[in-house]
Amino acid sequence: MNTFSKLVYLVPLFPLIGFLINGLGRKALSKSLIGMIGSGVILASFVVSLGIFFEVRQTGFETQIVTLFDFIKVQAFTIPFAFQVDALSSLFLLIITGVGFLIHVYSTAYMNDEEPQHFGRYFAYLNLFVFSMLLLVLGANYVIMFIGWEGVGLCSYLLIGYWFKNNNYNYAARKAFVMNRIGDLGFLLAVFWMLNSFGTVSYLSLFNADNGIITSISMINSPAIVGITLLLFLGAVGKSAQIPLYTWLPDAMAGPTPVSALIHAATMVTAGIYMIVRSNIMYSLAPTTMTIVAVVGLATAFFAATIAIKQNDIKKVLAYSTVSQLGYMFLGLGVGAYTGAVFHVMTHAFFKALLFLGAGSVIHAMHHEQDIRAMGGLKKRLPVTHITFLLACLAISGIPPFSGFFSKDEILAAAYEENKLLWVIGVITVGMTAFYMFRLYAMTFLGKFRGTLDQEHHLHESPKSMTIPLVILAVLSVVGGLVGIPEVFTPNAHALQHFLEPVLGRKHEGGHALDHATEYMLMGISVGLATIAIIYAWNKFSKNPELNEPKGLGNLLSNKWYIDELYDTVIAKPMIAFAGFLKSGIEKRGIDGFVNGIGKAIQYSGRQIRLMQSGQVGSYILLMVLSIVLMILLIFYGNNLNPLFQYFSKWM
Amino acid sequence: MIVVLLIVFPLVAGLLSFFIKDEKSVKAWALISSVATLIISLWSLTQPSAKLSFDAPWLQMLNSRFTVSLDGMGKMLTLLTAVSFPIIFASTYSNKYKSPNAFYGFMLLTQAGLMGVFCAIDLLLFYFFWELALIPAYFLCSKWGGEKRIAVTFKFFIYTFVGSLLMLVGILLVHYRTPDQSFAFSSLQHLNLTLGEENFIFWLFFIAFAIKMPVFPFHTWQPDTYEQSPTAVTMVLSGVMVKMGVFAVVRWLLPIFPHASLRMADIIMILAVIGMIYASLIAIRQDDIKRLVAYSSIAHIGLMAASMFTNNATGMQGVMFQMFAHGINIIGLWIVIDVIEQQTGTRKFSELGGLAQRAPTLAILFVVMSFANIALPLTNSFVGEFLMFSSVFSHNMILGAVAGVSIILAAVYTLWMIQKVFYGVENGSTAIAFQVPANTKLVLVILVIIVIAFGVYPQPMIDLTNDTVSKLIAQIK
Repeated sequence: MNTFSKLVYLVPLFPLIGFLINGLGRKALSKSLIGMIGSGVILASFVVSLGIFFEVRQTGFETQIVTLFDFIKVQAFTIPFAFQVDALSSLFLLIITGVGFLIHVYSTAYMNDEEPQHFGRYFAYLNLFVFSMLLLVLGANYVIMFIGWEGVGLCSYLLIGYWFKNNNYNYAARKAFVMNRIGDLGFLLAVFWMLNSFGTVSYLSLFNADNGIITSISMINSPAIVGITLLLFLGAVGKSAQIPLYTWLPDAMAGPTPVSALIHAATMVTAGIYMIVRSNIMYSLAPTTMTIVAVVGLATAFFAATIAIKQNDIKKVLAYSTVSQLGYMFLGLGVGAYTGAVFHVMTHAFFKALLFLGAGSVIHAMHHEQDIRAMGGLKKRLPVTHITFLLACLAISGIPPFSGFFSKDEILAAAYEENKLLWVIGVITVGMTAFYMFRLYAMTFLGKFRGTLDQEHHLHESPKSMTIPLVILAVLSVVGGLVGIPEVFTPNAHALQHFLEPVLGRKHEGGHALDHATEYMLMGISVGLATIAIIYAWNKFSKNPELNEPKGLGNLLSNKWYIDELYDTVIAKPMIAFAGFLKSGIEKRGIDGFVNGIGKAIQYSGRQIRLMQSGQVGSYILLMVLSIVLMILLIFYGNNLNPLFQYFSKWM
Repeated sequence: MIVVLLIVFPLVAGLLSFFIKDEKSVKAWALISSVATLIISLWSLTQPSAKLSFDAPWLQMLNSRFTVSLDGMGKMLTLLTAVSFPIIFASTYSNKYKSPNAFYGFMLLTQAGLMGVFCAIDLLLFYFFWELALIPAYFLCSKWGGEKRIAVTFKFFIYTFVGSLLMLVGILLVHYRTPDQSFAFSSLQHLNLTLGEENFIFWLFFIAFAIKMPVFPFHTWQPDTYEQSPTAVTMVLSGVMVKMGVFAVVRWLLPIFPHASLRMADIIMILAVIGMIYASLIAIRQDDIKRLVAYSSIAHIGLMAASMFTNNATGMQGVMFQMFAHGINIIGLWIVIDVIEQQTGTRKFSELGGLAQRAPTLAILFVVMSFANIALPLTNSFVGEFLMFSSVFSHNMILGAVAGVSIILAAVYTLWMIQKVFYGVENGSTAIAFQVPANTKLVLVILVIIVIAFGVYPQPMIDLTNDTVSKLIAQIK
């Protein structure tokens, strides 16, 4: 009964077809047709994904590998072009195609001002992105994952720089791609290491419970495993925007807002989490790496939250919030709460996509104004956007029973179990999250309108094709947490954990070892802190919005701790200067100077030798005698290259 | 006989070209004859290896024979040569040259020389073809090149002449050490050399090949020559002729001097990796598209040079695959650059910008080619670079990681190039009616299809060179 699983190749195929039709026909097709094709193919993929999901849920389902052909086959290894259907991939399929479909529908209205050919280009890129993302999660080995991995990077680059006339956007696109490539190098080196040590990169051959190569080694912290996991993590740091490679994500907000929702919030940036969950068996064998993952994740969560507090661009706040939430997910991975991390990926996809689409609706209504200091009081004019945005803010702040509460709680409980300090910083970050989200909410929707009269005149709620996705995502953000109700409330209610058991194994995570009283206490503290922060921010910013330039620490935060400037001074500028030195110093004066010097020397000696032909018989006779002597010497002693060969025999 | 035809056909076609004075006719003739060569080459792919050998007496007093034969690598490179020329002729069909008969004559002679290099199994015959390929190239650069062509061709000549000379000395030295005093490949594998002799002669050959590839620090002729040559010649030089150096190492150097190759492997790999990073960094600072692509090519060739000496079948497969992929990709880049130069009259980034608005199709094709140049998955060069990096990494992890930095730098300069030429706002040189000739578009579309096809399904190309690789690895061991 695996009909849908056998048809898994259809899932990426539909968006690929959409990409080809929209890409090639972008000048011939009408906008409504482009929008219909672009969204329709994703809906088709979603339907197949749904079929697959229900098959995977059936008891007795076994992991399916669907091999299309051998991608690379050499003596040392074979890499099949194959897809893997199991609990983890089917869940991601649903998130990608489901949220993806809503964002495509939303885009048909949001991008409606574009010319038809650029509208077509937009949907072609978006379809190509979904195709790549699906390859990433469906691949049955690391190389196919890497194809998707770089593919989503490419689409991200193309979409950030979608308005290519603006050079600042182009810089942002380039920055995103290059920073991703730093991570990609780590990923690639990890793949080489695996091929070298294990001769395969297929998940099943590596991780299979019975005869997997890695499963059968029980060496904790062996150099190869630590090395591979660290390099893979470098890949995740790039793609999922963690310290130190996070600075591309806020700049990536240059792209159209639905792109930020889909790529830079809901799907692509969670690829790093997917990859580590996929490799969970390897990571569990490398406690050293796990510690690093947890620390980097938590540091990013905290650090990005501090920056978000002082940002005034509605999308920048959400961008730093995404970086911060991704940090939570890595914290979860680092403390072994794999289910919790996947859970948070899912709930975050709902509420963060909703926040971005809501922001898009606001920007749409405000005629491309993104500064929250020029907003305020939008509550009445944008009722649907307002309510859905509020729900999303509550979800991200971790207020029960909204979805973010359950997933965040699971990660924090696991962190508490691992190390209390991790939990403390995590909870402080929860408070900051609630604070900056409600600062954003209050400055946007509450108080008085601070924009121009002209803008006020045109304020309007967005069309249905934009508000319906908002409503659907709002419902998911509210109830999405119910798939992962912790043991403490009702036993055996964590549906997600049961679902993922075939991939993650039966592990005690999410605070199972904690007693109920402690768990209630932990929840109480984090919810209490978030509530206080919400009330404080609500009161403060609805009455006196923060309009002045901040001073002191606030200035430091609003300038993002000057990290971009630091990278520029420490890395970019010295590298450019060094390249310049190589270009003019070594290449021109050094190597070329040497070669040209030889040329000049030959010309010079040519001129000098010419002088010897002076016409004086005496000098000719002298030269003749010298030549004869030289020839005799050469004949008797010179026909012997042995000293030369002797010298070269020392080259070992 | 097919092998002989591959060499003789372009040779005769080239000689005939000199007598076709009419510009249109000579262009058509060059294109038709190169397509005919392509057909012969495709035909040769279907033939069993036994039918692809030919042997006849040649310079009998020197005991050299006209022995030609095609194995997998030979098939692939003759195919690359045969594919490249029609593409080059078709894409530059509207370009004007003074004395077109001589231009196309020299081009076809170069093709004949290249074919000979890839087929020859006799070392002296190989040397003959090597020079036959080079000498017309000197004329092409010096007569049809840019402003600084004389000085640049002189440098190019000195470099390659020094290389050829060293190789000739090496050929004579090994000739006397063969059991039967011949130049045959089979005899050369049984050389009677002491350790010092092997090392010494190894370097004579290697420097000749390294200049041709080129490998750091023997590379400075290359950016100048690429910049000054007419673009059609640059395509030949970078698309096909640099493969002569790579090919020669695999065909001759490694099997004849297996011990020295292993001993020198580390030095050469380190040089090659330094060259990769060095050239990538310099590429970042270029203001001329041609020079940027030239340095990018040095970086890519550096990876091939490093992988050849890993003594590893995976890396060798990567080198084989990449020879074809690099040829196709770089020709694609040159075609776009030529269109830009013909239309705007400049190659300087500082004078370009915003072309995507004038020529959206060209922009798309160029972006695909550029991403192939930085080895994005599902383009052909990903497969080659994947195999090569994998072998360098398994040889030495540190070296592999350092070499890997070049993939980041490649993204830096390639995206910079795309941005400066196609994105942003238009400026003086680009705000003109931009007309991309239909033949150029068609050729680029064909190239893009090749790039994607071998990127998605590379196995046939990998299988093609399987025999060469397994034989070579067995010979070195």
